[in-house]
Amino acid sequence: MIKFIFKAIIRDKNRSLLPVIIISIGVFLTIALSGYLSGVLGDMLDQTAKFDTGHVKVMSRAYAENKDQMPNDLALMGVGELTESLEREYPNYIWVNRIRFGGLIDAPNSMGGSKGQGPASGIAIDLFSSSGDEVNRMNIKNALVDGALPTKSMEILIGHEFAKKMALNIGDEITYMGTTMNGSMCFGSFTISGTLSFGVVAMDKGMIIADISDVRRLLDMDDAAGEILGFSRDEHYYDEKVALVEKAFNEKYLDSKDEFAPIMLRLKEQNNMGSYLDYVNSFSSLFVIIFVIVMSIVLWNTGLIGGLRRYKEFGIRLALGEDKGHIFRSLIYEATLIGIIGSIVGTLLGVIFTFYLQTHGIDISDMTTDATMMMSTVLRSKFTPKLLYIGFIPGVFAMVLGNMLSGLGIYKRETATLFKELEV
Amino acid sequence: MTEKIISIENLVKRFPVGEGEFTALDNVNLSFEKGEFAGIVGPSGSGKTTLLNILGSLDSPTEGKAIVMGKDVTNLSHKESAWLRNMHIGFVFQVYNLLPVYTVFENIEFSLILQKRSASERRKAVMEALDWVGLADMANKKPSKLSGGEGQRVAIARAMVKRPELVLADEPTANLDAMNAHAIIQTMKELNKELNTTFLFSTHDEKVMTYLDRMIHLEDGKVVKDEKVYC
Repeated sequence: MIKFIFKAIIRDKNRSLLPVIIISIGVFLTIALSGYLSGVLGDMLDQTAKFDTGHVKVMSRAYAENKDQMPNDLALMGVGELTESLEREYPNYIWVNRIRFGGLIDAPNSMGGSKGQGPASGIAIDLFSSSGDEVNRMNIKNALVDGALPTKSMEILIGHEFAKKMALNIGDEITYMGTTMNGSMCFGSFTISGTLSFGVVAMDKGMIIADISDVRRLLDMDDAAGEILGFSRDEHYYDEKVALVEKAFNEKYLDSKDEFAPIMLRLKEQNNMGSYLDYVNSFSSLFVIIFVIVMSIVLWNTGLIGGLRRYKEFGIRLALGEDKGHIFRSLIYEATLIGIIGSIVGTLLGVIFTFYLQTHGIDISDMTTDATMMMSTVLRSKFTPKLLYIGFIPGVFAMVLGNMLSGLGIYKRETATLFKELEV
Repeated sequence: MTEKIISIENLVKRFPVGEGEFTALDNVNLSFEKGEFAGIVGPSGSGKTTLLNILGSLDSPTEGKAIVMGKDVTNLSHKESAWLRNMHIGFVFQVYNLLPVYTVFENIEFSLILQKRSASERRKAVMEALDWVGLADMANKKPSKLSGGEGQRVAIARAMVKRPELVLADEPTANLDAMNAHAIIQTMKELNKELNTTFLFSTHDEKVMTYLDRMIHLEDGKVVKDEKVYC
């Protein structure tokens, strides 16, 4: 019987073409928009990962409990070996050391006094690596407002608003006053090589970026780091995969009572990102539900019109000895087959579109006058394996539901009424 | 004594019309034996099609009883009446009503699929039915490519493929020219003789009447004459 139904679907364009087109469009839109949402909203996630959380972050347990205070006295030791071991065990991730630090900045005037002082918070990253990984990851080049990237030791980048507030120019020297890892005071002279727009007001008014080697020397943090960040090499965050890495790493230190033992946290567990991720997923699901409802209504009407056209056929089939229930079930099989065909076409188109948008993206740099570190200028979709099947939910379900609703007319009518369609 | 295949007792059928009722059948009492080639004749609106629909379990009477092959068709469930039509009753309509998306072969095959017969059984039965009506070379054609006479012969093959005990033919020659009409009725007569299938026609076509063994005259839903005719 399935073969019989399939033949009719292929041969009768009136029965199948319009529903297939509608389903394909609906499924395409579902996938394209889900992929786009994941990409764009995921992009914001991405920026958070690049700037703060990484896809995973390794800290000492004590540091993790107080990380908002940037407690470098609780930093990880022996990070060289730890980083190497992470690179060996998890080669699918890029591992980078970072140090967050805070202190006071003093800007001297020409008379040797101070023309301004202000609190500063800083990030120490590898500014001078040949690959330029950290510089690219944090979008530093595009966020430069004035000056250039540091090219030698003890050069720093400073927030543009910060520089304005302190009346600092490119090439000016500033003195940093802070605390070392061991708790003693330290002083360091830095030269401003450039100013940045961070894209967040608080950071623009008080943030500096320095090379990690300089900060290690200044803060007595030789072979130490506050954080080791891990980034997936494909640049996409897949929570299920990352959770496995997190679990495997933490299991090694489960029995240790040392507060300086390392602990790994994935992105979802930092900075309330869990709720944000759940929000993105809920939004995606909401889209699917809305499309199911809309497509069901459209397909219900399509089914009704098609069904009315087919009452004569139903009359013939009743005369030949098919019962109403069997006719109704055959409508459901038809709907399922048409739904699957439409969903395959729509999924194919949607996935191709998503891949294209993921690879090439939409460049909105012309529309944005100031690039910042926190904002990407290229909007991209994100392909996830979920996109391969979520289209089938509205595609098949909507078609089946629409046909079921329209097929109820078979039961509502008396057999004689359906049969009378055959009379001249 | 030949087996009685249909028995109709005090059959009444009324249809609501506006605020009143129209009586299509008024106390009809009839019986038919196996192998009869009989016709219900009368003008339009006399109740011929209504009677055939009730006998085919496609409609239910207002009052009375109709026993078809031992089953009271007035009391059957949807499934039981579908089974009766599938296994024991064939239909031939005025407009042959073939399913347009399927080939001639597939149209005839359909009721055998409902009977869940194997593919080889179906093939054998369909080709045999096409042989009966002389259309074995038309198996792969679509109904739109058939002439009126050919289409009606396919409809007969479809009705006969399952070798039913009873064929109900509602004005089967109404849309055919004289030559085709005679050909169709001759085919049905041959099948009646060969397979002992009971044929019951509803007709007002005199060409058909000349072939009938028995004519039941209906007027305003009443049987006014029931005569055996020898041709």
